[in-house]
Amino acid sequence: MLPGLPVSLGVTVAAISLVVLLPLSTLVVATGSMKGAAFRAALASPRVMASFTLSLGAALGAAAVASAAGLLIAWVLVRHPFPGRNFVDSLIDLPFALPTAVAGITLTTLYGPSGWLGRPLEALGIKVAYTPFGIVLALVFIGLPFSVRTLQPVLADLDPEVEEAAACLGASRRQIFLRVLLPKLLPAWLTGFSLAFARGLGEYGSVVFISGNMPMKTEIAPLLIMTKLEQYDTAGAAAIATVLLAISFLMLLALNRFEAWSANPTGRAR
Amino acid sequence: MAAFAAPPPVSASAPAPPPLTLLNVSYDPTRELYQEFNAAFIRHWKKTTGQDVAIKQSHGGSGKQARSVIDGLGADVVTLALAHDIDAIASSGLIAKDWRGKLPQGSTPFTSTIVFLVRKGNPKGIRDWEALARPGLSVITPNPKTSGGARWNYLAAWGDALKKNKGDAGARALVEGIFKNVPVLDSGARGATTTFVQRGMGDVLLAWENEAILALKSPGGDRLEMVAPPVSILAEPPVAIVDRTVDKKGTRAVAEAYLRYLYSPEGQSIAAQHGYRPRTPEAAKVRAFAPVKLFTLESVFGSWEKAHAAHFADGASFDRIYQK
Repeated sequence: MLPGLPVSLGVTVAAISLVVLLPLSTLVVATGSMKGAAFRAALASPRVMASFTLSLGAALGAAAVASAAGLLIAWVLVRHPFPGRNFVDSLIDLPFALPTAVAGITLTTLYGPSGWLGRPLEALGIKVAYTPFGIVLALVFIGLPFSVRTLQPVLADLDPEVEEAAACLGASRRQIFLRVLLPKLLPAWLTGFSLAFARGLGEYGSVVFISGNMPMKTEIAPLLIMTKLEQYDTAGAAAIATVLLAISFLMLLALNRFEAWSANPTGRAR
Repeated sequence: MAAFAAPPPVSASAPAPPPLTLLNVSYDPTRELYQEFNAAFIRHWKKTTGQDVAIKQSHGGSGKQARSVIDGLGADVVTLALAHDIDAIASSGLIAKDWRGKLPQGSTPFTSTIVFLVRKGNPKGIRDWEALARPGLSVITPNPKTSGGARWNYLAAWGDALKKNKGDAGARALVEGIFKNVPVLDSGARGATTTFVQRGMGDVLLAWENEAILALKSPGGDRLEMVAPPVSILAEPPVAIVDRTVDKKGTRAVAEAYLRYLYSPEGQSIAAQHGYRPRTPEAAKVRAFAPVKLFTLESVFGSWEKAHAAHFADGASFDRIYQK
């Protein structure tokens, strides 16, 4: 056994239990007080199902946009030195620091029907605030740093000489991207995607301001949790929360498995 | 940690009485009212007892506030948007079940009603509840599932149709028509006011009368106009002492005096200044309230319990508007 392992293991398990497992187990206990039929009934209502579809769709869409934009941004920040790069680099983290409600209110003011961007867009027939599109916009804002920050170190480690060598050997730009860069980037890219997705699935503060909160149309699942709590329906709220938690957990678990596999695809011990 | 280990020095002669603090957990639009009322009560309490009292306020959607109190927010008094929310706290055992009988007027020191706030000049010519269901109109109201004010909005429209002998089917059609015109459902009254006044959404805002009066005085208020419908609901936001908290903290006397002071001439006058309809005729002279024919919730819906079960519970009539 490694020296000091019992102590460090003990500290780790205690810390994780206190900070993560205990609150989550309370949630499961709250849900566990429901009978199976009541649990299904709480989830099967059209309004709850609509909110799940919306939350999942918006979180997936936003994670995809954030991943695509994140790759571009990370690439530029790593590969192209330009004046003010450090400044732009530190801007990336702002969505982490900004209270999400502030982000939501700011986006709504900008994209609302009388906002700076909302008014010209509305004249073009494009509605952003109070539509699912607005929800995706808020979630992209929240999710972007996850994508950029997970890709940056990997890109920094990639030696441009490898790409040059591939080019010398006659690879096209497309081939270089698909066969040289992508395999290296994929794990980090997927991590950023899943983090942005998991975060977006549970995001509440920034979304409720811009979504309009219409049942069946723009009502996200976390808002429905709040609504149920305010109606003193703790069990119903816990049921929705448990499902959201399970989806996020499965997503992150699948990602972990994939990363383990891609680090060692043959499964042989090294 | 050392600070906790060493007890603070205690003067041997006169043990200073512990500082009195009250926490008033209230609903969304009462911020300004209680700021002024608290200052008045602090002066009154100092004058009559010589004691200093500090009062803290907490505001939010009525249902959310009740939820926080049930979950352990140590409120000495609750002043919420509707009796149903105080009943919910009472059923958790924190407040005696007979709380409504403990203070005059069903523990409701002032009342309000629901009015319309429209753009200056009333360009859409909105005068009554029926006009709200006109196709193409845009109506702003918070979500009745989460906002006390919005429940009064909903019930006022429903009651108006019943008063016109249109029956339940007519009332349902009117309310459905109105909510078909709602583009945004904020979770609380203040959020809806912001959407209407600041963001410029909608042709009409369904608002507490006091919230409408406040919005007219706020920046941007000069571009708005209040329209009082001919008929509306008598909104009764009640108050109660949280028995469990005051007994533990020993603040029952001051909490009771605080709520009773709402019924005093000064309390009533402050309420009237902030646009709440006072109970005493003297205070009612503070401002001219629009002549609206008011009906009580009990006269139309029986009780909050019945109104909630029929309209706001999961799967009840409000949910059905959206699930077609």
